[in-house]
Formats: sequence, structure tokens, C-alpha cells
Amino acid sequence: MKPFRIILGLFCLLVAIWLVLPTLVIIPMSFNEKKSLAFPPSGFTWHWYENFFTNPDWSSSFFNSLRVAAIVAVTATIVGTLAALGLSRMKHAGAGILRAILITPMVVPGVVLAIGIYAVYLNYQLVGTTLGFVIAHTMLAVPFVLIAVSASLEVFDVRLETAAASLGANRLTTFRTITLPLILPGILSGLLFAFVTSFDEIIVALFITSPYLKTLPVQIYTSITRDADPTVTAVGTIIFLATSLIITGGLIIGSQRRR
Amino acid sequence: MTTSKTRERGAAIDIRNATKRYGSFTALDDVSLHIKPGEFMTLLGPSGSGKTTTLNVVAGFTDLTSGELSVGGESILGVPAHKRNIGVVFQHYALFPHMTVGKNVAYPLTLRGIEKGEREKRVRRALDMVKMADFAHRYPSELSGGQQQRVALARAIVFDPPLLLMDEPLGALDKKLREWLQLEIKRIHRELGTTFVYVTHDQEEALVLSDRIAVFNQGRIEQVGTGRELYDEPATLFVGKFIGESTTLRGNAETSGGETSLTVAGQRIVASNKLANGAKPVILLRPEKLSLAPGNKPQADSQNSLTGNISEAIYLGSGSKYQVTLRDGSVAIVRAPLEAQQFAIGDEVDLRWHISDCKLLADDERADLTLT
Amino acid sequence: MSQTIDTTAPGGSGPRQANGVAAQPRRWRLAAYPSLLALPAVLLLIAAMAYPLLTIVSRSFSEPEWGLQNYVWFFSTDVNIQVLLRTFSISAWVTLVCVIAAYPYAYLMTVVGPRMRLVLILCVLVPFWVSGVVRTLAWVILLQDSGVINSVLKAIGFGGVKLIRTPTGVVIGMAQVLLPFMILPLYSVMRGIDLRLVQAARSLGARPALAFWQVYLPLSLPGVFAGAIIVFILALGFYITPALLGGPRSTMLSTLVQSQVLSLLNWGRGGAMGVVLLVSTFILLALAAPLMRQRHKQASRS
Repeated sequence: MKPFRIILGLFCLLVAIWLVLPTLVIIPMSFNEKKSLAFPPSGFTWHWYENFFTNPDWSSSFFNSLRVAAIVAVTATIVGTLAALGLSRMKHAGAGILRAILITPMVVPGVVLAIGIYAVYLNYQLVGTTLGFVIAHTMLAVPFVLIAVSASLEVFDVRLETAAASLGANRLTTFRTITLPLILPGILSGLLFAFVTSFDEIIVALFITSPYLKTLPVQIYTSITRDADPTVTAVGTIIFLATSLIITGGLIIGSQRRR
Repeated sequence: MTTSKTRERGAAIDIRNATKRYGSFTALDDVSLHIKPGEFMTLLGPSGSGKTTTLNVVAGFTDLTSGELSVGGESILGVPAHKRNIGVVFQHYALFPHMTVGKNVAYPLTLRGIEKGEREKRVRRALDMVKMADFAHRYPSELSGGQQQRVALARAIVFDPPLLLMDEPLGALDKKLREWLQLEIKRIHRELGTTFVYVTHDQEEALVLSDRIAVFNQGRIEQVGTGRELYDEPATLFVGKFIGESTTLRGNAETSGGETSLTVAGQRIVASNKLANGAKPVILLRPEKLSLAPGNKPQADSQNSLTGNISEAIYLGSGSKYQVTLRDGSVAIVRAPLEAQQFAIGDEVDLRWHISDCKLLADDERADLTLT
Repeated sequence: MSQTIDTTAPGGSGPRQANGVAAQPRRWRLAAYPSLLALPAVLLLIAAMAYPLLTIVSRSFSEPEWGLQNYVWFFSTDVNIQVLLRTFSISAWVTLVCVIAAYPYAYLMTVVGPRMRLVLILCVLVPFWVSGVVRTLAWVILLQDSGVINSVLKAIGFGGVKLIRTPTGVVIGMAQVLLPFMILPLYSVMRGIDLRLVQAARSLGARPALAFWQVYLPLSLPGVFAGAIIVFILALGFYITPALLGGPRSTMLSTLVQSQVLSLLNWGRGGAMGVVLLVSTFILLALAAPLMRQRHKQASRS
């Protein structure tokens, strides 16, 4: 039993390194003095961070992504939450089929979807517009919201709604005071998923982007393929640190709430 | 007119010809029941008998297929549950997990727009009544099952509903706690004077709590009456078997004059009445009305006697309980006081009872099916 | 009639005993058709997914003229068939690597204490914290000829290995990106397996390996299938990682679709390739769906 445990532990350590290493290797590279991606980095500079904040290509694409992702997070959360509520109240077999249909964007190959959306957007002048990005990204994000909210609806005790009715609450009040607070964790994680989905989306974005509206992933991709600009590593580090902060904060708040 | 703060706070309930069908399944079959103001009425029956459906219809959670329903003289058919002003206590407590005990109890008052000072006063009063005032700032997850159910009770009475419905509220609790809470519920009913409708499948609980009991079976009411009436004068075999312990005897029946006689395994026994419409009779006997005597002793004329063997003897502290296997294979249950003669397994005994103590009922195989 | 309404509420405007029956037919009608709540999602799906996909399908049959010429071209060109087969074989390798790496990892997650489990879960989630494109760049840094892996190999005395622009490099990078999609479903199934069943098998005389093979493995298979099908399908449609890590001999179908449409502006041929990719995805899903169902529900612990 003992040697088995050791082998298992070592193997999983390797897997863990494999999972984490690519994220961590970005950080030292972002302080590399040379304009190259060769390892190991040499010297120390804040230059690439400065470049991210001062170069309009980078800052405007960052704010574009932030704006699109914020709108997508809100719309996808509303649309997805409504759908999850509807599905949870459907009794017949149609619910299962409808649920399967609504999550298909997760399995449709990105490029196929991207050329389709590109073709349609060319017709309707939506290429390079915020509206175009929002529609496409919301469609991609709704399944994540649906899954997150459905998961919390699954553990939600519907009988509490009956109890609220017996105490005098109409449907709307019941939803506002009972259902909504209890499924809020699911809705919030759906919101987060939707934001990240849009903020990180690249394939569709590569097709529907224009010189006037670039999102951050598109900017990163073009800079990698064109000139191997190390600013990318600085962007990666900033995103990593920001996410770490948000998640650590979330974990702390979550553990305090649970009491 | 509005309610005064007198005892007369309960509402009368009138259910007339209520029928509820789900597709081809009939959950309620032409049920009629009148509940008096302030009464403690228990709906008793096995699962699927229609008692919970009846409760849900009154609460407004289920619509009737046909029939009439009024509370306090006004029809409430079609009135949504949240406008009925009826308190409901559920088996699963249904406390809101994201609210403290105090918030839970205040919830119906908040909905009714009652201002803060008055609200706090009434929450306090309701929690005092269920002896949970010290727990107002706790969350439901921090309470035991019994405590949660007491909070649920406080929440259901805090808005002074004229009618309180309880759906197996003690079903998830252990026996000791259940017995104590039964007495608490009884006390609260006395103090409030509200009409209580209580659903349970536990006949002992029904006997402890109720003014009257409605016995449900297969979507119908078999009998409505006090516990004593149901025990001593069951209208049907089902009621007789469902309430308390009993022994049933079957045999070839003959009627002569006002009497019915049954031949059980060659021995003749007599009942002092007869059934009206020629139905197949069965005799129902209560264990404490039966006595045992050593085999083949002479007996009085006013007594019936059957021979059998003791197949189980149980010492209960307050007395003994025997199972007697009769010659036809049927089993009788006998309770004997401590001072009576004791028997051992295998002893041959005569099972005796007064002719007036046996209850003649129409045989009904449904009574057996639903009890298994 | 003196009953029902409690009026201790001073000027309360709360719910009251009904004075009318037909209070709210409209609200109830909405409640009777909860599927209406899903309507916005369905409309969005039609506008942003179904309509674009239909456009692609119709273009694959209609450009430059109506007919099957694009499909005939696709299946009669050697390069296309090679890329198609390569797409499937790379996806299969990625799936295999993921299963081998994820199974012990997910198992370890179920047996360690809560603190260690949190660390293991964090390791699975950390890759999501960084933009997918940035992560692919990290793999470029790691795999390139002067990259981390080759530096380490040289330092301990081995010769360099060609990783970047090879299928091996693509598989390593893709498998890392997709590993979480394998670990998470596996973990959720394994968490539900009652370990007492394995103990029971041991007590009945099975050696540990046999107990694992006959009890644990069959119960965990639904998780393996679920994870494997997700990984395989996502791998089929992968675009960014093979485009950045791969060379000409590791091109996958998605890259070919992109170049047909964006570089050659040939919507018909690009569309036909896309349809082939789409149809293979859905065929796989349909075939795999029955395997993912958990047949041994009673084996789960409450």
C-alpha cells in the first residue's frame, strides 16, 4: 500500500506542475529586459507594464474587452437565469430537450460558429461593433449561466415557495424575498463565468474584430503572431494577479458568510 | 365585522362533495366534512388516502376538480393561497434558511405591512408561546428538528390566522420529542382558540390531540367522530382496524331474529345484532375486552368462547399481551391485566368475551389491503 | 360574518381574504407556461447560432454554384483527408493523455483531507485565471528550442528535443488546457462512489488490485466517458493552440477552415469543412450520450 501511495503522490505532483507551470512562467518573463521570449529572462524592467498602460493599442483593447464583458455579463445573466427558472418549472420531457439545445454553443466548434457569425454580421454591418460582440458573446455565455443557476436551483427547496404563499406572499414577492436570495450564489457565479467567457473569448472575436474595435485577446493574439511583443507577458501577469485577488476575496467572504 | 379578542377566533370550514382527479387517479372522491369554529380536527389515514390532498385544497395549493369549499361561511374556491390568510405548518418545517428565526417569524407580518414596533411585539409573543424566544437571532440550520418545528409553528400563528393547517408536523421527529410536542400543540390550541386541522397517519397521535377525527381511506372519509366513538363504535371494518388494536373473526354466518351467529372452526359464537343489507359479516374485538381461561373450563351464557393456543406472550410492565392462534389459523390479540392468570407459549386456552362486547361489521377486503 | 380577517394591523395593506375569485388570470397563465421564461435564450440562440450555422450550411452547397462540389473537393483532396485524420488522431491523443493524467489526480482529490483537496482544486482552476491566449504563449515559451523544457534537459545532460511546431508539442499544450474538463467530471463521479464498497470487496477476499478493477473502475467509468467526450469534442474544434504551437505538419481542421474563409475568401469550401467538423461533433455526441448515463445510481453514498 505504501509504495502505491508514494507513486500516486509523485504522479499527481507532476500533473499539478504541468497544470500550473505555464501560468507561473509568464511572471518572470514579464520583467525580461530583452525584447524576446527566450528563457531564462535576463535583467529586470517595468518597461512592458509601462507599455501596456501607455500604448493606446493595448489600453483601448483592454477597455473594449472590459466594456463588452460587463454588458455581456449582465445580459447573459438575465437571459440565462430566466431560462434556468423556466426549465426548473417545466415538468414534461421537453425540459430536458430544451436544456440540451440551450447548451449547444458549448460544443459547437468555435471556428464554425465564428465563420457563420462573420457571414451574418457582414450582411448586417455588425462587424467591429460593440452590439455585434455583445450578441455573439452573450450567446456563448448563456450556457454557463444556465448551468450555474440550474445547479443552485437543484438544491433549492421549492416547498419554501409554497410556505411563503401560505404566509401571504404573492409570486413576485416570493421570488424577491425567498427564491432570489437563495439562488443568488448561483447567479453570481453565472455572472462571473459570463464575464470571463466574454473577456477571454478569442475565436469569434478574431473574425468579427475591426481596426476600430479590438478586444484584448485579439490584441494579444496579433502581437504574438506579429512581433512576439513581451507586453503580452505583462498583461498575463496583471490578469493573473487581478483574478487571484478577486478569487481570494471571494473565498474569504464566502467562508465568513457560511459561519 | 371583525374578530374580537375572545375565544371565538376560529373559522368554520365546510367541504362539500369535494372531488380531485389526477388523470384517471381519484385522490378525493366526493368528500364532505364540516369543521366547527375552534375545533381540533385530525385527518387520519394511511398514505395516499386523500388526507394531505384535502389539506392542500384548503390551503390553496391544490385546486378541486369539483365540489365546494368555504372557510368562515365564504367560498374560497379560486382564491390563491397567499390571499387565504391560513396558517400552514409543514412536515419538512420549510423555514427560510437565509433568515434568522426572528426574521422567519416576522415574515408574514412584514408582508402585511405591519409597522416595526408592533411586529417585534407580536414576534416576541409568538416565540414565547412556543418557548423559542431565546433563539430569535439563530439561523434555522443551528436548530434541532423539534426547535425548527416550533419556530415554524410560531411563524404560522403570528399573523393570527383563523385556521391553522398542520401536515404531519411531527413526522420527522423521534418518539419522545413527538409526544412532548403533541402536548405543546394541544396547549397552544387551547390558548389560541383557532381552528386546527391536523394531518397524520399515526392513530395514537390523532387520539391524543383531537376533538374529532376524520378517518380517510382511498380518497373517501370512512367516519368522522371523537376518538372514543371511533374506537368503540367503528362504522366500518377499516376504521375498526386502523384505530387501536383489534382481532377480526370470520366464519359461516347465520341470522335469526336480531342475532347473528358465526361458526369459527366448528365453534359457534354469537353477536347480539345483525347487519342491515345481507353483507358478509365479520366480528371485531378489542384486546382489553378479551379474557383468557385455561382450556375447557365452563363458561357463562352471556359469553362467547373460542379455543386456541398461546403463540406469543409479551410482558409489558402494566400487564401482558398475548397472541392466541385459533383453530382456524386466525390470530387474536389479548391484553390481560397483571393480576389475571399468566400463560406460557403453547398453553391451550379459551378466548372469552361478552356477547355485547363484539362489534359486527360488514366485511371489506379493502380494509386489509390498505393496511399492509 | 365574524371571522377570517385579522385587523390588528393598523392600516395594513397586506394580503387580505379574497373578495374576488378571478383575480389574476394573466399571471397564472404565465405560471402555466414556464417555458416562456426560456424564450429570450431561445431567440438569442436562433439569431446568433442557428441562423449563422444555417448560413454556412447553405453556402457550402450553393457557392460558387448549387451542388455537392465543395464536399466532393473536400473528400477527394489528399491534404484535406490528411488534416481531417490528423485532427481526429491529435484529439484522440489529447483525450488519452488527459484520461491517464486525470484519473489518479481525481482519485487523489477524493481521498485527501479538505485542506489538501483545496490545494488540488486550486491547481486545476489556476489555468483558468489567465487568458487562454496568454496561456498558449506560455507554452511557446516553455516548448521552444531555447525554452524552459529544453534548457532543463540540456542542464541535466540530455540533448534538446524538438517540441514546438510538432504534433507532440500541440498535444502537450492542448492536453494541459483541456485537463480540467477531464478532472472535474471524474472527480464529481468519484466523489459519489461509496468507498465502503471497495472495503466490502476486500472483506470478501479480493486483493486491492482486483477490488479496484472489479468494483471501483466500473463505477467510475461514467465519469471517464463524460470527461473523455467533452475533451475530445473540444479538442476537435481547437483553433488557437494548434495555430500557435503547431507547424505545417500539425495543422488541424479549424485552421484550414479559417484560412479558406479569411485568406482565400472561399466560403463554399470553408463552409463545407466547417459542416464536416460540425457533423462529426454531433455524431460523436449522439454516440456517446448513452455511455455517460450513470447506471449504478444505488452505489452512490448519500
